[in-house]
Amino acid sequence: MSPDLEIQIIAVIVAVACSLPGVFLVLRKMSMMSDAITHTILLGIVIAFFLTESLTSPLLIVGAAIMGVITVFLTEVLNNTKLVSEDSAIGIVFPLLFSIAIIIISKYAGSVHLDTDSVLLGELAYAPFDRLELFGRDIGPKAIYSMGTILIINLIFIIGFFKELKIVTFDPALATILGFMPSLIHYSLMTLVSVTAVGAFESVGSILVIAFMIGPPITAYLLTDDLKFMIILSALVGAINGVLGYQFAVYFDVSIAGSMAVMTGVVFLLVFVFAPKRGLVTMIRRRKSQRFEFAEKSLLFHVYNHEGDSDERVELGVDTIQNHVNWDKNFLNKIMKTLKEEKKVYIEDGIVKLTKEGRDFAIKSYEEIVSEF
Amino acid sequence: MNIINLILTDYTLQIVSLGSALLGIISGVLGSFAVIRKESLLGDAVSHSALPGIALAFLLTGTKNTEVLLLGALLSGLLSTFLINGISKYSRIKFDSALALILSVFFGGGLVLLTYIQKVPNANQAGLEKFIFGQASTVLLRDVKIIAILGTILLLLVLAFWKEFKIVSFDIDFAESLGFDTKKITFLLFAMIVTSIIIGLQTVGVILMSAMLTAPAVAARQWTDKLHIMVILSALFGAISGIGGTIVSSVVSKLPTGPMIVIIISTIVIISLALAPNRGLVWRYLRNVKNQRSIGEDQVLANLYHLYVNHDNEGHCHDLITINPDANLQQKGKENIQKQLEDLKKKGFTRSNSLDKWCITDSGIEYVENYFKEGEE
Repeated sequence: MSPDLEIQIIAVIVAVACSLPGVFLVLRKMSMMSDAITHTILLGIVIAFFLTESLTSPLLIVGAAIMGVITVFLTEVLNNTKLVSEDSAIGIVFPLLFSIAIIIISKYAGSVHLDTDSVLLGELAYAPFDRLELFGRDIGPKAIYSMGTILIINLIFIIGFFKELKIVTFDPALATILGFMPSLIHYSLMTLVSVTAVGAFESVGSILVIAFMIGPPITAYLLTDDLKFMIILSALVGAINGVLGYQFAVYFDVSIAGSMAVMTGVVFLLVFVFAPKRGLVTMIRRRKSQRFEFAEKSLLFHVYNHEGDSDERVELGVDTIQNHVNWDKNFLNKIMKTLKEEKKVYIEDGIVKLTKEGRDFAIKSYEEIVSEF
Repeated sequence: MNIINLILTDYTLQIVSLGSALLGIISGVLGSFAVIRKESLLGDAVSHSALPGIALAFLLTGTKNTEVLLLGALLSGLLSTFLINGISKYSRIKFDSALALILSVFFGGGLVLLTYIQKVPNANQAGLEKFIFGQASTVLLRDVKIIAILGTILLLLVLAFWKEFKIVSFDIDFAESLGFDTKKITFLLFAMIVTSIIIGLQTVGVILMSAMLTAPAVAARQWTDKLHIMVILSALFGAISGIGGTIVSSVVSKLPTGPMIVIIISTIVIISLALAPNRGLVWRYLRNVKNQRSIGEDQVLANLYHLYVNHDNEGHCHDLITINPDANLQQKGKENIQKQLEDLKKKGFTRSNSLDKWCITDSGIEYVENYFKEGEE
């Protein structure tokens, strides 16, 4: 395999592995917890490193996972005192743990092959140099296997506990009643997030892990209402971001992980603007047409209310009606023109009058609106 | 003695401490509003998002002047908040998800630009990375002047718009109904919070800046319910941790300033959460113990009262088991009731006879009857 292909495979595996637990972080409104965890796992890594004195020991992952769970736990403890709001609790816990990690690293820098830059920023381009050998044969970069294992664990967890995750996410109260133990699922998920983050940090750096955990799920969230489909879609979006990011990075000769994060943002933005049902364009268009429809109805009601009254000439006069509906003149003209084209109103003797069709429509819409209450 | 000597004589240390102190005051004051508006994580997002702005400003102008870089940071910080608000307003994506996305995407963009700058010939990018972790030792007198000028402007604005900021922070709907232009006021406050974050980047860096915004305000909040006292305390805590962190890190070798400042301010937060009068955890615990004790005493006295009412012989005294039949079943049940009776005796509500039997006194009867009367009312 060429290094090119290997890097892209790693990028795709990392992105997909991150997006799986990310779906539940987004749906459980815990996105910022990923921010906290990805920072604090550094402390777990540092402590485990000093215990094992090795950067490759699997204990590093254990240490990081424990620290991730501790972060969640501390945030909840702080939040449960009711002295601090949830966002402030996160904002206090993770800088503290992160600072401790940085201080330990700087104190022992020089004697340690662990610098903050590599943890925070990562470098995917170096991943193919770290190879795994089996029986003396080179079987590919180590990152493929380590991240691949994490991806499989994530898949097994989500498929195996799909029902539990679903119910705990959407109705925690019901889950408790049915005996699903939301807190067990919650902490398992957080452990998974920590393990995924620590697996990914070497390749993409801890801060960009956030982009891969949150970006694809919220992109998918704008496209579907079905949880299963959202998971598949966000894995797909993650993979696309990975490949696009790599191509971008190679073209401009810049940081691969950074480019992947940028692509995550770009893809999200495109979906945000152009998504078929929930996109910005559709929404603005829908709001505009709703406003227009509502204005048409309002005008019809106004005419219906006053037709045949003694002040008909004032309320419904072609030149004076604007003072009564109080709209912008151009807007009024546009509405009037449409209504005339639809043959709902006509003008007779300088007074706006309803056609039979228009009257029926006004009565029908009025009843529809009233019956809604 | 050495330390004091160092502070009095070391010019660089004085400059850096002054810068950190000013920074602590500014972020303490504006952080109070961010915390009250539950936007403390915004600081995290804005500071991470400042990175591409810094890189782009350098790329376009080629200078490493603090004010140019900070202007770039300010613009990209504002752009990020604009995007975060836009995403959470115009789609079903929640504010926190938008925050996490923009934070990491912008940071990624910053990395892309930094690696790009590395490749540009003749562009020496060294020094831009200091914004990621902050490097207080690079703060010059010039930078302190910029911080002081910006800080003075920010603090004067807070004073000038005190009433407006207060009302939009606590009850924006009420502010709107009173005819305040809440959109403009919120934007001004927002821009000021972003500016205060940007000021701190050089010293504490993008990752830890959120702590400078959140922690002093959270600590101050525990000591008071008044906004003006909270703001002043918050500024004070910010200044103390700024100066403390700078001095400690310059005395101890290989200790980075930013993280040290965060550790000091976090310690202040923990102390405040534990010890602050009324709200603090220790106070809450003591109050609970006291409440439980007085409820227990009331219960014992009520039992004695019932025995007194239902007994023919008014002066008859009772043993512990009669007063609380459960006492035998409970751990230390007898000891507890004995102690409660002794405490009540000190208040003059009970008396004991030579056989260690207890009765209610006249003032005890009065207390119980008053108690029930109050309950009825």
